[in-house]
Amino acid sequence: MIQQLRTATLVLIALTFLTGGVYPLVVTAIAHVAFPTQANGSLIQRGAQIAGSELIGQPFSRPEYFWGRLSATAPFPYNAAASSGSNFGPLHPGLKQAAEARLSALQAAGSSGKTVPVDLLTASASGLDPHISPAAAEFQAPRIAASRKMSENAVRELIRQSTEGRQLGILGEPRVNVLRLNLALDQHQMN
Amino acid sequence: MTTNGLLQLVIFFGVLLACVKPVGFYMARVYSGSTTFLDRIIGPVERLLYRLCGIDKTAEMTWRQYSTAVLAFSLMSFLTVYALQRTQGWLPFNPESLPAVSPDSSFNTAVSFTTNTNWQGYGSEITMSYLTQMLALTVQNFVSAAAGMAVLVTLIRGFTRHTTDAIGNFWVDLLRGTLYILLPLSLVLALALVSQGVVQTFGSYQEVTLLEPTVDAVGAEITTQTIAVGPAASQIAIKQLGTNGGGFFNVNSSHPLENPTPLSNLLQLLAILLIPAALCFTFGEMVGDRRQGWAVLAAMLAIFVPLLTITLMSEQAGNPTLAQLGADQLATDLQPGGNMEGKETRFGIVNSSLWAVATTAASNGSVNSMHDSYTPLGGLVPMWLMQLGEVIFGGVGSGLYGMLMFAIVAVFLSGLMVGRTPEYLGKKIGAFEMKMASLAILFPCAMVLVGTAVAVASTSGSETIFNPGPHGFSEVLYAFSSAGNNNGSAFAGLGANTPFYNCLLGLAMLVGRFWVMLPVLAIAGSLAAKKTVPSGPGTLPTHTPLFVVLLVAVVIVVGALSFFPALALGPIVEHLLTSTAR
Repeated sequence: MIQQLRTATLVLIALTFLTGGVYPLVVTAIAHVAFPTQANGSLIQRGAQIAGSELIGQPFSRPEYFWGRLSATAPFPYNAAASSGSNFGPLHPGLKQAAEARLSALQAAGSSGKTVPVDLLTASASGLDPHISPAAAEFQAPRIAASRKMSENAVRELIRQSTEGRQLGILGEPRVNVLRLNLALDQHQMN
Repeated sequence: MTTNGLLQLVIFFGVLLACVKPVGFYMARVYSGSTTFLDRIIGPVERLLYRLCGIDKTAEMTWRQYSTAVLAFSLMSFLTVYALQRTQGWLPFNPESLPAVSPDSSFNTAVSFTTNTNWQGYGSEITMSYLTQMLALTVQNFVSAAAGMAVLVTLIRGFTRHTTDAIGNFWVDLLRGTLYILLPLSLVLALALVSQGVVQTFGSYQEVTLLEPTVDAVGAEITTQTIAVGPAASQIAIKQLGTNGGGFFNVNSSHPLENPTPLSNLLQLLAILLIPAALCFTFGEMVGDRRQGWAVLAAMLAIFVPLLTITLMSEQAGNPTLAQLGADQLATDLQPGGNMEGKETRFGIVNSSLWAVATTAASNGSVNSMHDSYTPLGGLVPMWLMQLGEVIFGGVGSGLYGMLMFAIVAVFLSGLMVGRTPEYLGKKIGAFEMKMASLAILFPCAMVLVGTAVAVASTSGSETIFNPGPHGFSEVLYAFSSAGNNNGSAFAGLGANTPFYNCLLGLAMLVGRFWVMLPVLAIAGSLAAKKTVPSGPGTLPTHTPLFVVLLVAVVIVVGALSFFPALALGPIVEHLLTSTAR
């Protein structure tokens, strides 16, 4: 037993060095040479400032911006230092309340319809989802056009530019990057 | 389901099954000590490690020595992980100055990672320093997985050897599994994940200015967003390949920096099932009859695919409560539809459901969507897959040795039916093997049910339940099913980071690991000591569709009989309530 414990300790030290030290350092070194942008969080530069990460959503509530998924992070939505989902079960009253609050906010801002795409009424798993479905973007397009005094076609063109199709044509779901789209809207108005 | 959804499933299963043979064959060579194409690079490292650690690679162990070695290694691992968490405040690589983790949480996490469960009672980015993530958690991701594979290999040796008490050398099996299988695969996967946008940096968290300021819970204005980053890709690669599942970030692989694109999602999904599926081939190859391996794999798929269908259909149908509010939950080319609460837009329903079923079939436990927010039947499937004992793919090594326990029970039952001594792969199955197989199957079941009962009956257990009604019961049942079978996924609403849950779930994880592992090693020793009997006309062939059906039936009957009453109190009642809400 003593002999086994001694070997166990030596093997653990050796493997800790290899898998806990060498391995992550090698991955980091190669990653920073081959994929520097991705390895650091896919940040979006706007002038001297960092405007955000392409992969991390931001909260939006003004009528002139596209809104993303609901976010259940605390103490404020889209807190990227403490990711979290809502964990509401299908019958939890909070689920219905959150959806109703979103519905009335959408109506107050000027977006309404017979039905609303479900991703606008539900919280994402991470609370940081950077995307909405193309249907959710289209649903909000008339409001954006009205509040920015743009034509709906110009808004749709910007949506199209921020839309990512299924990867390799097959994988995942088509989606619209909300932060990129809103940055593009601001850019469009400045020009 | 849409045509595209079906196509994505076909691609997943196609690529997975295409990898089974080459990877399984390679692993068989690694564990039989044969040469491989990586010998030139890894061979010198391997020999250096033997010399440094004083290991004689030709010295084989009896099953008792092998068990002692496994336990000694697990004990040292546990102590190291515990100590690193308690002292991280004073150690380097801690840019966010995170303090020491509490004693009960450290205990729970140390057990969790050394038993290959990787249940996370804590929120990673607000709890663990980079040093702890690397030296404690990443290391255990490798070695707890390699230990599981080592034990499987001894069981296989038990079948192939005869009249001997030697079943291999734990240190050699552990080192070769880590060096030749887990490390190379992880290196490749980690870099592929970085290319998709998974972060890999030692820099501190990034602060960015919000485009539109927001307000927090007490009404204060928030103008910036702090983005947690870190050396994530290297940990995520082994988290999936070693069926560990402990995430770098709190929300695991639903976090956009942990799983940014559909392609990273596919790669991680494949990594979850790759080694458990390929080990079936390794098993067939090593016992000298590949059909035996394919038969076991067929039994796993025969349970996996129907259950996947249930979750997919249930999630795509959506939530009636939201439909009443006017939510459009229909799948079209412009939206995934369905029950999107707790799911990410880029994954939609198909990739979220596939992940939920794969991660609980394998004892992985990572998530790309929040299982707590699943529809009742959609969430019942992951829970039941864990309760089946993590044998449908299961953990690397541990899944297949668990399934072989069921195979032993299956040949025993068929032996009873025809009145002959049961045999499996040329070994007579006697009273000792049956006792050990029963222990391995029944102990985790008992732990899940007793643990759940204690938790819901006590104040400390019930006061941190998040969801009201039967769903709250499901949260507790899910937690014990996960811990008792070393999965690690959660209905995350349950507040499990309390001394009560940290201790009780820690105990469940220990039972789920060692009360299966030690009986398996005992069987390996007992089988190796027996003579090999040639198969005769009375031998039940164990590679036929008939045996596959028998094996599936045994797994399902044991799982259903043990857990139906408990499931009836949770997801089944909730399903009926949801239906009446329509």
